[in-house]
Amino acid sequence: MALRELASLEKYLGLKKPNKYSTQGDKKVPVLQNNNAPPLVGLVTIACHLVKEAKRPELLGDGAEGRAVVQQWLEYRVTKLDSHIEDTKSILKDLNLYMQDKVYLAGNQLTLADVLMYYGIHSIILDLAVQEKEQYVNVARWFDHIQHHPGVRHHLPPVVVLRNRLYTSRHH
Amino acid sequence: MELFVSEGNPHCLKVLAALEVTGVQCGVQFVNHEGKVVPFLPRPAVPTLFLPSGQHLFSSNTICRYLFELNGPESSDQCNQWLEWEATILQPALLRALHLAVLQGKGSEVPKVLQGPLNVLDQSLVKGSMAYLTGEAVSVADVVLWGALHPVLSVSSLELSDHKSAKAWFDRVAAVRGCQSAAQKVLQGKGLEAMKSYMQKQPAPQSRDTQPCNSSPAENDEGERTVSEEEMEAAALTWSKDLNACSYPAEKQHPVMPQEGNRNVLITSALPYVNNVPHLGNIIGCVLSADVFSRYGQLRGWNVLFVCGTDEYGTATENKAREEGLTPQQICDKYHAVHSSIYKWFQIDFDFFGRTTTEKQTEIAQDIFWRLHKNGFLVEDTVEQLRCENCQRFLADRFVEGMCPHCSYPEARGDQCDKCGRLINAVELREPQCKVCRQTPEIRSSKHLFLDLPKLETQLENWLERSTSSGDWTANAKQITRSWLRDGLKPRCITRDLQWGTPVPHPDFKEKVFYVWFDAPIGYLSITANYTNEWEKWWKNPHQVELYNFMAKDNVPFHSVVFPCSLLGAQDNYTLVSHLIATEYLNYEDTKFSKSRGVGVFGDMAKDTGIPSDVWRFYLLYVRPEGQDSAFSWADMALKNNSELLNNLGNFINRGGMFVTKFFGGCVPAMELQQEDKKLLAVVGWELQQYIQLMDKVKIRDALKHILNISRHGNQYIQVNEPWKKIKGGESERQRAGTVTGVSVNIACLLSVMLLPYMPAVSQTIRDQLNAPQTCINTMLQGPGTFVCALRAGHRIGTVSPLFQKLEADQIEALKKRFGGQQITASTQPAAVPAPPVVAEMKVVDGSDPEKAKQLAEAVAEQGDKVRALKSQKAEKAIITAEVSKLLDLKKQLALAEGKSPEPAPQKGKKK
Repeated sequence: MALRELASLEKYLGLKKPNKYSTQGDKKVPVLQNNNAPPLVGLVTIACHLVKEAKRPELLGDGAEGRAVVQQWLEYRVTKLDSHIEDTKSILKDLNLYMQDKVYLAGNQLTLADVLMYYGIHSIILDLAVQEKEQYVNVARWFDHIQHHPGVRHHLPPVVVLRNRLYTSRHH
Repeated sequence: MELFVSEGNPHCLKVLAALEVTGVQCGVQFVNHEGKVVPFLPRPAVPTLFLPSGQHLFSSNTICRYLFELNGPESSDQCNQWLEWEATILQPALLRALHLAVLQGKGSEVPKVLQGPLNVLDQSLVKGSMAYLTGEAVSVADVVLWGALHPVLSVSSLELSDHKSAKAWFDRVAAVRGCQSAAQKVLQGKGLEAMKSYMQKQPAPQSRDTQPCNSSPAENDEGERTVSEEEMEAAALTWSKDLNACSYPAEKQHPVMPQEGNRNVLITSALPYVNNVPHLGNIIGCVLSADVFSRYGQLRGWNVLFVCGTDEYGTATENKAREEGLTPQQICDKYHAVHSSIYKWFQIDFDFFGRTTTEKQTEIAQDIFWRLHKNGFLVEDTVEQLRCENCQRFLADRFVEGMCPHCSYPEARGDQCDKCGRLINAVELREPQCKVCRQTPEIRSSKHLFLDLPKLETQLENWLERSTSSGDWTANAKQITRSWLRDGLKPRCITRDLQWGTPVPHPDFKEKVFYVWFDAPIGYLSITANYTNEWEKWWKNPHQVELYNFMAKDNVPFHSVVFPCSLLGAQDNYTLVSHLIATEYLNYEDTKFSKSRGVGVFGDMAKDTGIPSDVWRFYLLYVRPEGQDSAFSWADMALKNNSELLNNLGNFINRGGMFVTKFFGGCVPAMELQQEDKKLLAVVGWELQQYIQLMDKVKIRDALKHILNISRHGNQYIQVNEPWKKIKGGESERQRAGTVTGVSVNIACLLSVMLLPYMPAVSQTIRDQLNAPQTCINTMLQGPGTFVCALRAGHRIGTVSPLFQKLEADQIEALKKRFGGQQITASTQPAAVPAPPVVAEMKVVDGSDPEKAKQLAEAVAEQGDKVRALKSQKAEKAIITAEVSKLLDLKKQLALAEGKSPEPAPQKGKKK
């Protein structure tokens, strides 16, 4: 799964020659084979490395603060979302609250945090009922935005997120 | 910039160390563990760094990295890699280790838990031969890892003698200026003890072996298990043992009473509320799960009492009575009968199914009330309540509707909002309305009694610590209980201004009744009292009796916090729950069951589908929401019936019996075990052991997987040995056919026993068909599991016939239409709902695609060549592995395109 994500990221970044990957351990942690350096291990580590390789530093955030916020959500992705310790409801709740007044996870432009969170959360969003997508309306809005960002989606099927509510809502 | 930390929180250690090491200027504030610092996170997050820009950083590694980057360069790939490893690999292990050492007093098990990560660290340091992890100078990686490991390494008895390089590195970082003082600030020199209060508030770590069960048992087959010589011999020895002499659990003698020297198991299932027809989710969550465990317990030879009943008091009943123009008593009588008949159809084998509106209920509830009163655990307070002047009465929670004060949902009920799920105090509702007359009620005050939960909190915590560590509480039960305690207990009102309830005996509160949450769990006791006058031998006997409570997760707090407080406060040596088994929710075709929208299958309709009760039980248990929510789906039900019951289980059992009938005149042939047969016995024995271990821990769904594994092994065994061909061969071949047939029918006999808790009727049918002795039942599940040859050579079997019927697609489609769900989703959101994956899968399996298959076959050949070439060039192992996995993936796709099942599962349609 992580390998497909990395392949899609490579395409998004416009990297010409695909890298070689393998996985290690029963958690299938991705490993980047590097000809002239030791291999890199871990989804976030490899993704950040690819971004640097593609000379797109803006995807890692602006300045120390911006970078920290991006890193924070990347870490959230691999610890909370991938570990299954937290249930999906509480993750959606977290994100929904956070996204209330935001367009992107970090700062005012698309970053690697958005891309990897999108890849990671896709299967959860896919399984949501329409009512639930409304319940997590901020997440749904962000998700829809990211999936329509040119070049991001790649290996994943689009998820339909309705913009107009199903039932009339005199109470909203 | 401001840093928020708390004492005894291990994550704060690295952050403080990073602050000291980098020398960044920053204010530090100590808060308690629940300090709510980050506005957008619904739960406390400490440590947190509040940045000048107004941003919050709530992850400790990110804070450390930021502090280092403020005065230095961006962290390198190597640093990133260590930080990610720390967060994803090391932390989960550390959490387990701390949990063992701090809360369970099992410090000795820590080295085992940490061994893997420490090996990685040690080897990397050896290979790198540098002073620090990423070079000759201290980096953020060193500080983070040191801070993470310090609490465990410096204070536990764990010696790093096997990890010399790691030890040297650890000491080197510890000597860096600032590290020790950070440790001192967090741990206060108190060692592990300092982290106790923090660890108590963390969710218990999952150990590796309790990973959520995959929905399809075939998928997480761990491949071929290797069976040792000894295992095979042991299995063959067990096989030759005799059946137990005593017959199957002698018919239960009612009333069942605790027995000295036996395991006395009291099982309750949450009392279903009387005013509704239970839906499938209710059934699997409570009564069906409890029934399976009760039947299993009997097979294990335990002394089991299983009680349940309808919960009849409360406002909802009054409401319903008003709606239907009946008295509450009439409503209860009517629906009690409905419940009884539904459970009867589902073969729920209660020892007693009672109700809460009885004399005994009043007697026991009032006794507990007076004891609480006498012991000073009740306090008086006035409550603001809504009163409808038009109807001349106080409005109980469910008689009021209004707008939710939290989310503005207009139809919130007086006690809870269905939209946001938050608990509401009825007077907080905006624009409240009386549900009966639609007038606006007024706020009045009225005197009520409260159970003083804060006063009982310490007692409760002590008991909980014992019960949750020695008993089998499901993870969600522990988690929900912990979160209740974390939020702090408040006094809870136990009286109500209603008529339909148990009267409060106190003269100052004459007109009132007990609140249902106080009253209903007492129903367990009173129902038992209606079963036997000696009910106290079960309920005031904690030393002899183990109590299992089954419920859905929404009921947990009442069983783990509130009711135990009532019983603890009453101080009468009550039996408290030892094992609390809570399920998650079962959804219906990805939406919720809803009576009002007519969505879902309700208990009384299940029998109208024409699908046998046993099949319903099987499917509900197969999708039992164990560990995570699951969904009932018609397509999936048909698939599981056709693939698992019909093609796997039923097929295997039928084949064995048919061979005996057709080839051996109905008598079990002589069996001469060869190596292959012994291997199968060992494999089956192992699955049986797993089944017993899981069932003992009430992992009902996981255990079912092992039953299906056995028949899968059996099918393969028959397929490989082809007794229908061998029977036509020479003497030795004919004998081989006999052995295979004999072993197979004996496995079928074992399966009938393992199936008994799940499908009681089918289980009995199998034994009838095989004419199996009833003694086989209590033999096979003894101890760790004993698979004996119950049908010896010469045994005459009965008439064999198919056990299951195929569920046809059109039949399922019709049912799906009839029970809603489908139309609703189809008409409102044509494109939004992806077809259930199972359907898609079936299509692929059924419809082969020759064109695609051709292309894939070429791709497989090409990839195969590539792998061989790499292997011959002795390429790096990781590269080869990656290519091999590609090859396997292609092969799988090819199998699908050719219309074959990609699993080496039993071949469909090859019944002989």
